[in-house]
Parts: sequence; structure tokens; C-alpha cells
Amino acid sequence: MSPNATLDKISRQFPRSVIETHTWRGDATAIVRREDILAICTFLRDDPELAYNFMMDLTAVDYLGKAPRFEVVYHLYSLSKNQRVRIKAQVPEADCAIDSIVSVWIAADWFEREVFDLYGIVFKGHPNLKRILLYEGFEGHPLRKDYPVKQRQPLIGPLN
Amino acid sequence: MTDSAKTLHTEHMVINMGPSHPVTHGTVKFTVTLDGETVHDLKVDIGYLHRGFEKMCENGTWEQVMPYTDRLNYVSPLINNVGYALAVEKLFGVETPARCQYIRVIACEMARICDHFTNIAAGAMEVGAMTVFLYFVEARDLLWDLMEELCGARVTANYVRIGGLKNDLPEGFGAKTAKAFETCRELWTDVDKLLTKNRIFIDRMRDVGTMPAEEAMAYGFTGPCLRASGVPYDVRKAHPYLVYDQLDFEIPVGETGDNFDRYLVRMEEIQQSMRIVEQALAQLPAGPINLDVPGLRWQSKDDTYNRIEALIFHFKTITEGIQPPAGEIYAAVEGANGELGFYLVSDGSGKPVKCRVRPPSFPMTAAMPRMMRGRLIADIVPTFDMINMIGGECDR
Amino acid sequence: MIADLTETIVKILFIFSINVGFYAPILGWVERKQSALMQDRVGANRASIFNFRIIGLFHPIADAVKVLTKEDFIPDGADKFFHTLAPFLSLTPAIVTFAVIPFGGSYELWGHPVQLVIADLDVGMLFIFAFASISTYGVVLGGWSSNNNWSLLGGLRASAQMLSYEVAMGLTLIGVFMVYGSLRLTEIGAIQENFFRWGIFMQPLGFVLFLTCAIAENKRAPFDQPEAESELVAGYFTEYSSMKFVMFWMGEFLEIVTISGIVTTLFFGAWHLPFVSDRMLLSLFAGAGPNGAAVLAMLVNVAVFFGKVSFFIWLMMTIRWTLPRFRYDQVMRLGWKMLLPLALLNIFITGIVLLV
Repeated sequence: MSPNATLDKISRQFPRSVIETHTWRGDATAIVRREDILAICTFLRDDPELAYNFMMDLTAVDYLGKAPRFEVVYHLYSLSKNQRVRIKAQVPEADCAIDSIVSVWIAADWFEREVFDLYGIVFKGHPNLKRILLYEGFEGHPLRKDYPVKQRQPLIGPLN
Repeated sequence: MTDSAKTLHTEHMVINMGPSHPVTHGTVKFTVTLDGETVHDLKVDIGYLHRGFEKMCENGTWEQVMPYTDRLNYVSPLINNVGYALAVEKLFGVETPARCQYIRVIACEMARICDHFTNIAAGAMEVGAMTVFLYFVEARDLLWDLMEELCGARVTANYVRIGGLKNDLPEGFGAKTAKAFETCRELWTDVDKLLTKNRIFIDRMRDVGTMPAEEAMAYGFTGPCLRASGVPYDVRKAHPYLVYDQLDFEIPVGETGDNFDRYLVRMEEIQQSMRIVEQALAQLPAGPINLDVPGLRWQSKDDTYNRIEALIFHFKTITEGIQPPAGEIYAAVEGANGELGFYLVSDGSGKPVKCRVRPPSFPMTAAMPRMMRGRLIADIVPTFDMINMIGGECDR
Repeated sequence: MIADLTETIVKILFIFSINVGFYAPILGWVERKQSALMQDRVGANRASIFNFRIIGLFHPIADAVKVLTKEDFIPDGADKFFHTLAPFLSLTPAIVTFAVIPFGGSYELWGHPVQLVIADLDVGMLFIFAFASISTYGVVLGGWSSNNNWSLLGGLRASAQMLSYEVAMGLTLIGVFMVYGSLRLTEIGAIQENFFRWGIFMQPLGFVLFLTCAIAENKRAPFDQPEAESELVAGYFTEYSSMKFVMFWMGEFLEIVTISGIVTTLFFGAWHLPFVSDRMLLSLFAGAGPNGAAVLAMLVNVAVFFGKVSFFIWLMMTIRWTLPRFRYDQVMRLGWKMLLPLALLNIFITGIVLLV
């Protein structure tokens, strides 16, 4: 299936959830509403024509100044169809949570923990949502755009 | 006997294979709950080598990210360089000249060979065959000498540039490579004789850390670990980049997904990579190695000092950074550990909005508890080795 | 009486100086240099006195100085008495068991019969076994008294391994006793004057089994999982430093020498050269008079014995640096399910051959 055909299929299956689709530089992207992410991912994995059996990457982007502020980005790959797709779910700052897709691909386990650690987005239904890359006493979520690069942590102390 | 086993009070022992332990390459903490020698549960803690790669990238320009990529998978740094450069070039929508692509392939494959040498050497040493470690380290050193001639550094290469390379191949590189490969092949045969039919090595590695294909895919395994499980997925064949579609090589695929298959896959990949390098050197075309696009790649010093347009572009690209069009891409290369993906988001300015690395060894480390439950504590060592978790890329 | 006493003291001093004074330090150097040779590198060669390096032979002296000046600590919560006792229990058997190993034949020196063995016990082999079992205590106590989970694991593994392989070792040697008909080591050595009565021809399976069991007993690679560096940091001697650590380490090296001594005595012709009988040796040196000939023959025999011991030491070092190590359950399986039945089979076959 070509990238456009994949996006068409997703749009047809979830007409109210898909906000926008586009293809740029050969990458197929679909922006969806976060409430339906679990259903969409399950459909992408189980549909025999799509068969996305790899969750390659799960990350988030902070668009400070835009609303909704965050976008959780899922990169999926289908081995049998040799096809990639990117799903983006928009998450507002106020209610910073989205459903966890651990039940669909277990690979999401650690990736979601990393996004929680670095961005502060809560994944509802995750079995073990703890910090993974940073230590437990760390304050703040460093990859947010309003976290200054040179911020010091209490356990480490000031620069001088 | 069974009665006393039921009424005997036993406790599980919690042992800490802490961040500094002879076997944890790349600082990882395992909290192992033991029932005698059997692993009851294993908890993995990573993040000891987290240096804030993404935050640093967002704080500089697109070109300033290049040295940071060296320090991701520090055992095969050139592959990270190439991956990032290809990703940014995809953002721009450009392709580098043919000679540049061939040299990038050579650099990638040599880095891959070094990574596999290191991994098998460490794996054998952890199991007790300490001599193998030194044989492969000698082989790796010969290749590092070549890389030093190529880019000036053995590990932190920083050789690839967005839109080209730092410099061309040095004089006599082909002949030196052929000589180095001869010794490498000899050492490879030595190690093959020492390990592949060795009863003790097979006992330690066979049926240990087995990961069936379906579960491996669900966990997001890629690279040699996935191929050892029987899934023939290699980014070089599935989505050919650079000139891999013009080179003749095979990808070894295992059967059971245990540690021994991972070892065999890597050994064979070393041979295939040597083949690729030899073919690339033979087919190397003449021509420029840098794209002649002033806003993307620096012009030669000759031009910069003598022509005002080149000077202006030089000034702008250094102070403001190169400015790719707004948008986002995901570009993947076949790293030594698996699919090394770069997800770049640009807003049209010289600073990245997001510079994400998809770490190949992250999912494999996440699967350690699954592979180790019910095994003996002595199995943690070879399994963790064969996964090839590199702290720099797993923690970033 | 006085002559006997002097004789014994001289022998003790000789063995002690050869073992502890020569072999223990030199084996450290041999380990470094032999492994370096096998691994295509140079090895330790930096220790120098007045800028003379002599290929690193000063390193054992440097080691001794370092060990004597290092801080000796006992970890918090460790059982002080056992923590200090354990290295002694590990080292003593390694030295003491050499008392019954004959390092030369019997000669007439100035009318006085001299047997080149410190204690000619008629249950020599059993003495060795008894003492070797005590060294197990050293390891177990060291592992347990360190108050450290890693050491405990190492101690447990070591005790299980050593116990299992002692059983197989004992059964293997029954074959040897059946063939030679005596437990006295000097007698066994004397019988091997005839080249074709060397143990390796009469008990080939026994030789292989015994060598394997002895390496396992000594916790050397490929059976070094109690001290497996990569898994258990250093196993049962993680919490030991300076002198106590060196006692464990020296105990290991001296046990290699002892095992080589036993293997030489039982299987490799003890102090005899092949096809050279005692009388031939004495007649070779007849020109020096009867006493002189005896002394020269004694020197030749002692040299031959220690030459063979050195050969086995070299062999064990080579095996160490070639093979990977077994996993704990594989070691147990090998000891109980493979070596033990083979040892029993050996006894069975030896019995049949003897009857027929």
C-alpha cells in the first residue's frame, strides 16, 4: 500500500478521530484525537491489509505557544507490507494525559515511561509509570521548552 | 524431603548487580531477586549515562549536533554520523554525490565491523574465554588505525557532514584496508575455531536468552537480535539508502533467537561487511564529495576567502545555522545494533525543534526481565552481552 | 635419631622453599607472561630495580611489597574470627599435602638410607584427600563470613563444586590403587620405574578423569565459577585484601603445584626418566664413588620430578586461558552425571582387566 492509501484507509475507518493527514518527503503522517488512540492503534495492528506489527518509536514534541501544546508521536512499521506511518496525537497542557498503548505493542512500555519522564505526559493504564532515565528525586520535566537548559537540581547544588 | 521443602522457611535473596559491575558495560543496574541460583525477578534501571542529548540538540544549530551523535553509540560512531546526516538531508530533500555515498558506506561498514568485534570479544570474555577478547581487540585496533587515517580520531570520528564529508579518503587507503582485512580474517578464523564448536561455549550460549520471533517484534527488537530470532529485517535491504542497492551482500538470519544465534549472526555479518567494503572500494567513482549548495554545505576555503558570496553564506550558516524547510521526517539507517532512527522536526530556523534518536538497544534492554525470568544468575551475563546494550545510545 | 630429625628438617626446608619460596612467586609471573604470550601481548614488564627490568621477574617482589603494606580491613558486620580464619584454612592444606608426595627415590648416602619424601605414610593418598577436604572449609567460611551476598553465592557454589568433584576424584583413584596395590605413594612411584607401568598407560581414562576433577577441585578455569570475575565480582574473596587475599591466591597456586605433584607421582612416572632404571642412573655416575653417584642421581631425579610438575602447571595455565567457564548447573551435571559414572566404569574395567 502506498503511503496515501494507508492514510485513506485510516481516515475512512476513523472519520471523526483523524484531524489531518499529509505526506511530506515520503513520510505518511496522520494527526488524530487522543481519545481514540487506543482504538486506532489496535486497528493498525490487527487489520490484515495494514498489519503494523512494529512500534518503532514513541516520542513527544513540545510546541510551546501552540494549543494543544504537546504532540505524542508514534512511528509504526509493517514488516509484511514494508510500510511506515506516523501517528500524532495532540495533548493539551491542562489535561496532560493520554491512553497507554502497552496492551497493543509491549514495546511501548519503556518508551512511554521515557516520555513521562522527560515531558510529564501521563499515560493512563500504564503498568509501571515511573521515571526511567532520570533519578527519582529529579524535579521537573527537562525536555519541555520552558525548562531552562542550565537549570540546577537541588541534589546537585548550585554552580558555584 | 518434600515435607521439609514445604515447611522450610526460605527467603528470596535480593542482589544488586549495580551500576559498577564487571559485566555491566554501559552502566545499568539490575536488581535480581534470587531463589538460590534461579532468577525469580529482574528489574532493570537505566539512565546512568543520560546526558541530555535531545536538550543539547535543541540548544544549538543543526550542524552542531554532529559531534553529539558520535557519543551515542560510541562503539560504531560513524554510523550515527551517517544516520544523522542522511536525516537532515532528507529534511532538505537533497542527495549527496555518488563518491560521498560510497565513502559513507565504507565508513558505516567499518564501524559495524568494529562494533561486532567489540561485542563478541566482550561476550566471550564475560563467559571466561579471555583470549578471544584480545584477539578481536587486536583486529579492531587495525581498523581503528584506518579510521584514524581517515578522520583523525579512533572513536569520536565526527567525519560526516550534512551535505558531504569532512575530507576525502587518504592516499593508499584501499591497499591499507586490504592488508588490515587480511589480518582481521585470520583472527576471525582463529576465534571461530576457538568458540563456534566449543562445547563449553555452546553450553553457555545455546537456549539462553531465547526470544521467539513474534515476541521479539512485539518488543520492538531490530538488528542482529531480531535477525537471530528468524525475522529477516534489515534496513539496508528493506529501505535501501546510500548505495546499498548496488552492492551485493547477504543478511544472515538465525533460527531460535538465543544467544548463540546472535553470536553466529554477528560473526557472519562481519564477513559480509568486509565484502561490502571491498566492493565499495572497487566501485568507488571519482568526483566531488560535497554538495555544491552554499546554504547547506560550506564551500571550500579557496572560495570562502576569495569570493564574497561564499563568505556571506559561510558567515550565515555558522551564526544562524543551516535552515531546512519546516516539517518533520523520520529516517532510519541500519545501526550495528538495529534500526537507528532519527526523527527531526524543523520550524524553518537554524535550531532544531526536536531531534529524536530512536535507540536500537532500548527495546532489547527492556526485554531483559522477560528473557531472564526462571534462568540462572550466570545466564544474565551472556544474555546482557549479546544484546549489546550500549549505554550511550540507550540512555542518550 | 638426630640424623633422622636433621634429614626431615632439611627436607621440609627444601620443599617449603621450593613451594612457597620459588613456585608461589614464579607462578604469578608465569601466569602473566604465559597468558600474554597466548594473547599476543607483552605482559607485565614494568617493575624494575635500578632500571633493570628482566622481563618482569621483579613483579612478584613488587606484589609482595604491595601486599605487606596494604590496609587489611574486615567489612562491617562480618564475623571477625571466621573472616580471619578462612584464608588459613585455604592455604594450609595446599602446603601440608606436599608432605607425602615423594620428589625423589630412595638412596644410600653414607650408609644412611634416605627417602626423598617428608612423611612416608602408608596411607599417603588418604592423607591428601583428608587435607584437601579441609580447604573446602576455607572457601565456605570466607564466603559466608564476609557479610556480602556476592561472596555468599561464591562460597556456596565453591562448596558444592568441591564436594562433588572430590567424590569423582576418590573413585578415580580407586582404579589406580587397584592397579598398583598400595596407598603408599613411594611404592607407587617405585613401581613406575618400568616405563610401561606408568599410570598413564595403565589407567588412561583415570588420568583424564583425575586431571579434570583436580582442576575442578582447585577452582581453576574452566571450573572457576566460584570466583567468576564477570558474574560475582570476585566471588568468595570479594571482601578480602592484602595478606588474607594473598593467602587465598597463594593457596590456589600452591594447590596447582600439589595437584601437578600428585598427577606426576600417580600417572607420569614420579621421579623416573623413561627407560632409565635406578641402577642405570647410579652406574652412569659411578665415577664419583658410591656416595657421589647417589647424590648426583638424587639431583637428577629431583630435577626430573620438578620438570614434570612444571609441565603440568604449564598445561593447566594453557587450559585456563583457552576455555570459557562452565555455568554452575553445568558443572554439577558434569561432576555427577558424567564423571562419576565414568569413574565407576573405570573401576569396573580395571577390575576385569586385573582378573583376566
